Amino acid sequence: MKKRFLSIGVVAAMFATGCSEPQAHNTGVYMLIDTSGTYTEEVHQAQQIINVILSRLEPSDAFAVARVDTGSFSERDIVAKMHFDDRPSVTNQQKRQFRETIDAFVGNVKPSSYTDITGGVLQASEFLTEKNTGRKIIFIFSDLKEDLQEGYIRDIPLTLDGFDVIALNVTKLRSDNIDPREYMSRINAWRDRVEDGGGKWQVINDLESLDVMWR
Amino acid sequence: MTVAELFGGELMNTLALIAIAVAALYFARAPMRGLISSMCRALAQGLRFASQSLVDARTNLTARNREVLLAAGRDAAARMVEREFERFGDTVQRDLGQYPSLHQALAERASNLDDDYAKSTATAPSPPGWAEAVEAVAAVPAKADPVLRPVLESIHGSFKEAADEASEDYRKDCRTRHKHLNEMAPSWREALKLLGEVKTRLETTNSRAASVDQHMKKYEEISAGTDRAAAALQSSALVQFFVAGLVLVVAAGGAVVNFHLIARPMSEMVGGNAFVGSFRMADIAALVIILVELSMGLFVMECLRITNLFPAVSALPDHVRRRLAMVAFGLLFSLACVEAGLAYMRELLLQDELATTALLRGDGIAAQTSFLWITTAAQMGMGFILPFALTFVGIPLETFVHSMRAVLGWAAAGVLLTASFALKLLARGFDEGAEVLTQLYDVVIFAPLWVEKRLTGEDSGKAKTRREAPQPVGAKALMKDVEERLAS
Repeated sequence: MKKRFLSIGVVAAMFATGCSEPQAHNTGVYMLIDTSGTYTEEVHQAQQIINVILSRLEPSDAFAVARVDTGSFSERDIVAKMHFDDRPSVTNQQKRQFRETIDAFVGNVKPSSYTDITGGVLQASEFLTEKNTGRKIIFIFSDLKEDLQEGYIRDIPLTLDGFDVIALNVTKLRSDNIDPREYMSRINAWRDRVEDGGGKWQVINDLESLDVMWR
Repeated sequence: MTVAELFGGELMNTLALIAIAVAALYFARAPMRGLISSMCRALAQGLRFASQSLVDARTNLTARNREVLLAAGRDAAARMVEREFERFGDTVQRDLGQYPSLHQALAERASNLDDDYAKSTATAPSPPGWAEAVEAVAAVPAKADPVLRPVLESIHGSFKEAADEASEDYRKDCRTRHKHLNEMAPSWREALKLLGEVKTRLETTNSRAASVDQHMKKYEEISAGTDRAAAALQSSALVQFFVAGLVLVVAAGGAVVNFHLIARPMSEMVGGNAFVGSFRMADIAALVIILVELSMGLFVMECLRITNLFPAVSALPDHVRRRLAMVAFGLLFSLACVEAGLAYMRELLLQDELATTALLRGDGIAAQTSFLWITTAAQMGMGFILPFALTFVGIPLETFVHSMRAVLGWAAAGVLLTASFALKLLARGFDEGAEVLTQLYDVVIFAPLWVEKRLTGEDSGKAKTRREAPQPVGAKALMKDVEERLAS
């Protein structure tokens, strides 16, 4: 009789612990920084945003920063990446190291000829899927004007189920001022691509809203 | 087919259906009335039965509550009487145990007083044996015989000397007596003091005896199961429940503070992002530590016999209980030290996090404040003291648990009473509802009923019956009848 109760208990415990997939509570953040043309001047603002994100991240979270250049679907474009330790004290040290890496990047950034945002987003989704974090966020610090080099194929559907894609500091180009429909259509095109891929789209131009979002 | 024809046809069909339904209802009137009446009566009876069952259950529960309350009160009163007897025994041992020595001291003082009194007794000077001869000599004229004169003067001198010596002896004797009387004063004072002490001790014993009497009387009342005792116990249990509840809420506040002191540094040990379900592992670990501390505190209280939540602990032999108390206290002390360490670590982590945040904001390294050690020391002190403070939760917890039984019993009795009242009300509703439903049924089939009345002449028959019915005898009619009889 006792053995029977024991076996029932073991089975119940297995059901409670094993059958349900442990849910990840950490956050994965991948930030794409547009380094094309004149947008390179905005990189200092990106640095501030990275610092805000760093201050909000917690132990076990993952963070990567990559530049958007001619061909962004590559690990070589990742400027810094870190999977933070689950101990708060170690996480703080890692955050400092991350900041130093970003500072070095900002000091030596060179403008690229083309802008491959789609490649960056594909790389980001691959990175975050591999990290298997509970929440997945892709920040795109860009004017969202994609300029692909000839031969690069980026007209492919994105798989962004469970991703939050947030465009930051989407500046208006000179042509946008002449015809604002260009700006609107650019943003709408990206919204459609992300939402078609199953992700959530958001545009944040006021950087204070970013702080609010993290709360 | 036109629209009018279509709708006219449908209307006719509907009217025909209604007529058939009304006719069917009319013909089924008698059995339907019976069905409605029986159904409502059955439901009402069922509800009344349920209500009565609830009343019975409440009566049993109230009786059981009373029994439990009286039993608990009897146990508590017995413990109090036992404790009062112990105190009385201690008082008797302390105050009256030394009574023989006190009595001896008093007897010694009395003996000394007796001796001194005996010594201070005045001894009358012995009367001279030759007083008459002296008187005769004194009566001789002084110049009667010159031969006698020197003799008489010699006698006179001797008498004078003897008188002086006697006076001196008497004075000496008086001085000795006064000295003895003087020596009696401290003995009197000592005796008075001793008597005062005896009085105080007897008064203490009397008051303790009165207290024992009071508790015995209470115990007897509870044992007799009087209504007064039950009411007093009820009131007492309710007050204890709320007071203990209040203290437990305060203690819970302390536990929450304690939890926040150690939850953050716990993440350094068990990971900052590990979850069990939707709860952080660090929070669970901190909670477990606090609960273990509470358990150890309860065991310490049990082993010291301050509380009596676990009869198994009280039943242990004294030496085992003492060892258990020491082990529990040792664990509690260790956990308190761990908490103090965690509180210190919390401050370090906080400072590290602040420095990192300041660096990320671009503020540079935050300056160390000079009074930082105060908060660190305060946190460590709280981390060390709170586990011991929470130890005392055992006392209100015991009171809360014991009084909760009575309070829950009253609450259950109240719920049963309310439910019984509601069921009775519902039963009454069904009683009245039967009549209302019957009337509604008649309203639906009013047309065939009206036709039936017209055909059977029930109304005229009823009117006739009403006319033929004897009129109620009023005062005027009665007077008229009496006058007629008198006239005839």
